[in-house]
Amino acid sequence: MRQRSTFLFSVLCFGFAFFYIPIISMIVYSFNKSRLATVWGGFSVEWYFKLFKNAQIINAATLSLEIAVISATFATILGTMAGMALARFSRFRGRTFFSGLVSAPLIMPEVITGVSLLLLFVFMERYFGWPAKRGFTTVTIAHTTFALSYVAVIIQSRLLSMDVSLEEAAMDLGSKPWQVLFDVTLPIIAPAMIAGWLLAFTISLDDVVITNFTTGPGATTLPILIWGKVKLGVTPDINALATIIVLVVSIGVGLAGYLMYRSEKKRERDIQMALAANK
Amino acid sequence: MGIENTGKAWETPKTEPFIRIENVTKKFSDFIAVNNVSLDIYKGELFALLGGSGCGKTTLLRMLSGFESPTEGRVWIDGQDMTSVPPYERPVNMMFQSYALFPHMTVEQNVGYGLKHEKLTKAQRQDRVKQMLDLVQLSQFAGRKPHQLSGGQRQRVALARALAKQPKVLLLDEPLGALDKKLREHTQFEIMNIQEKTGITFVVVTHDQEEAMTLSTRIAVMDRGIIRQTGTPTEIYEFPKTKFVADFIGSINQFAGTVKSVTKDKAVVACADWAGEITVDRDASVAVGQNVSVAVRPEKISISKKAPAKTLNAIEGKVIDLGYFGKDSLYRVKLPSSALVRVNRVNDQRGRETERVAQWEDKVWLAFEPSAAILLKD
Repeated sequence: MRQRSTFLFSVLCFGFAFFYIPIISMIVYSFNKSRLATVWGGFSVEWYFKLFKNAQIINAATLSLEIAVISATFATILGTMAGMALARFSRFRGRTFFSGLVSAPLIMPEVITGVSLLLLFVFMERYFGWPAKRGFTTVTIAHTTFALSYVAVIIQSRLLSMDVSLEEAAMDLGSKPWQVLFDVTLPIIAPAMIAGWLLAFTISLDDVVITNFTTGPGATTLPILIWGKVKLGVTPDINALATIIVLVVSIGVGLAGYLMYRSEKKRERDIQMALAANK
Repeated sequence: MGIENTGKAWETPKTEPFIRIENVTKKFSDFIAVNNVSLDIYKGELFALLGGSGCGKTTLLRMLSGFESPTEGRVWIDGQDMTSVPPYERPVNMMFQSYALFPHMTVEQNVGYGLKHEKLTKAQRQDRVKQMLDLVQLSQFAGRKPHQLSGGQRQRVALARALAKQPKVLLLDEPLGALDKKLREHTQFEIMNIQEKTGITFVVVTHDQEEAMTLSTRIAVMDRGIIRQTGTPTEIYEFPKTKFVADFIGSINQFAGTVKSVTKDKAVVACADWAGEITVDRDASVAVGQNVSVAVRPEKISISKKAPAKTLNAIEGKVIDLGYFGKDSLYRVKLPSSALVRVNRVNDQRGRETERVAQWEDKVWLAFEPSAAILLKD
């Protein structure tokens, strides 16, 4: 048994090493004094300073953040609506089809999503004249489109575990359906909505493929910029930039996970309490 | 308690029913949940809809609250047609089985939630909330969240919240279902007291016959979408009209047989299981030769080792099972025909095991009065 657990432990270590050594080495080398990305030349934070003085990078970062905030917000609104339709309207025509449509982007290869959105935008430009050219708007729409699937799935599962009689009780006490939504449903699913927003934000922030298809001149997001720079060779400032992105994304995902975990815990505790009270 | 106060409105011919359910049918695609039910409930009643799961009692309740609309038929409350009125406009409130307390609101906010739709000043609203919390003795918990309360306390918050709007009718879905036995009894009386104090008409849905018997003024026994019998708890228990009702409420011994002869107030029934004839008071019109069932409650049969003085409705059998419940004991007695009879005897004397009326394998005499038996037509 002892031997087997040692084996399992080393496999685990290997797995983690495989995942995290590249990231850790990148973080370490972002503090490298040397210009060469692969030779250690002593500790320095100069690349971070250079980064913050680089207007091109700052612009790209600002654009990425703007797109992430706007698309995450739209994705949360639309995704919540879709999640509600899936969880609450039990029998409407084409429900299964709609459910498939909403979750399709989760499994669709990004290249396909990217190409199809590009075709759509080209088509719309030609026949409606909007969006006039590819850039900020098209990237935001594209990100909203696929991030809303993630939000819809989170909201749907939250609503399915929520007692329908809570909404009925509010209605029974005199609230019209829209009042029930704002008084009861939304406050209860708020943590799931925040988690969904953070997830959508994170997905938008680090997307390369779909952005690549839907962006245009003058709208270079951070991942696209990095992609372009790396083609000319990895420089320590890219390491520094990537380190910051890793940090931001980890915080986003971590917070989303924490919120979901906490609401799960709370529900478990409520159930425990209810059982204990009935003993 | 409640029974005296209502003055038996259902027996006074001129009283207008407060809730009138008129030929209501509810279908869910192919399944008929409620089948052409008509029911009158009077003001101030504590009415119970009793039945097993899937009998349609909850669907009927949800049609009173407005969450379901009847496929056919009409629902009237206090003279108004409610059939197509949405739940938020009905003068009816409901206490949910799961209590459905809003987890993000305090006890006070939960109770006051329904009042924000009424034209009340802030002071009036606070006053009403306080009054309701006093009624259910939860004033000191006003600031707590539902998850900080015990099951019994949550139940009372749910009750206070449903009463806060002073509805014309209060619907209770399995109100005691989630409580333990000790708390149940206490809560039962509390619900009855509150009903008396407020004078609101209560309609309770329950699968628990004891709960229905102790709580209510009248009971409707439901089965597969149909009301089998409506009556006071005593009527339902002592004078069931069908085999189903007799069987569903409490336990009962049934002996199938054929009517041999009929006198003015008695009928003699030949029963194969009883290996002889049973004499029964008759309150239903039966004819000679008709197939009937004689039903006797286990507590109405006497059991003793000595042969009874009167031989009417007496038979000898053997004890094959004995269940001791403390306050009473259940004997299962095998008759010569090998039919089993359940006999219940209150342990009104303190004694050791050996001092019991009978032991396993003992020969015993069973007997009952003609008035104790119920004659049920097939």
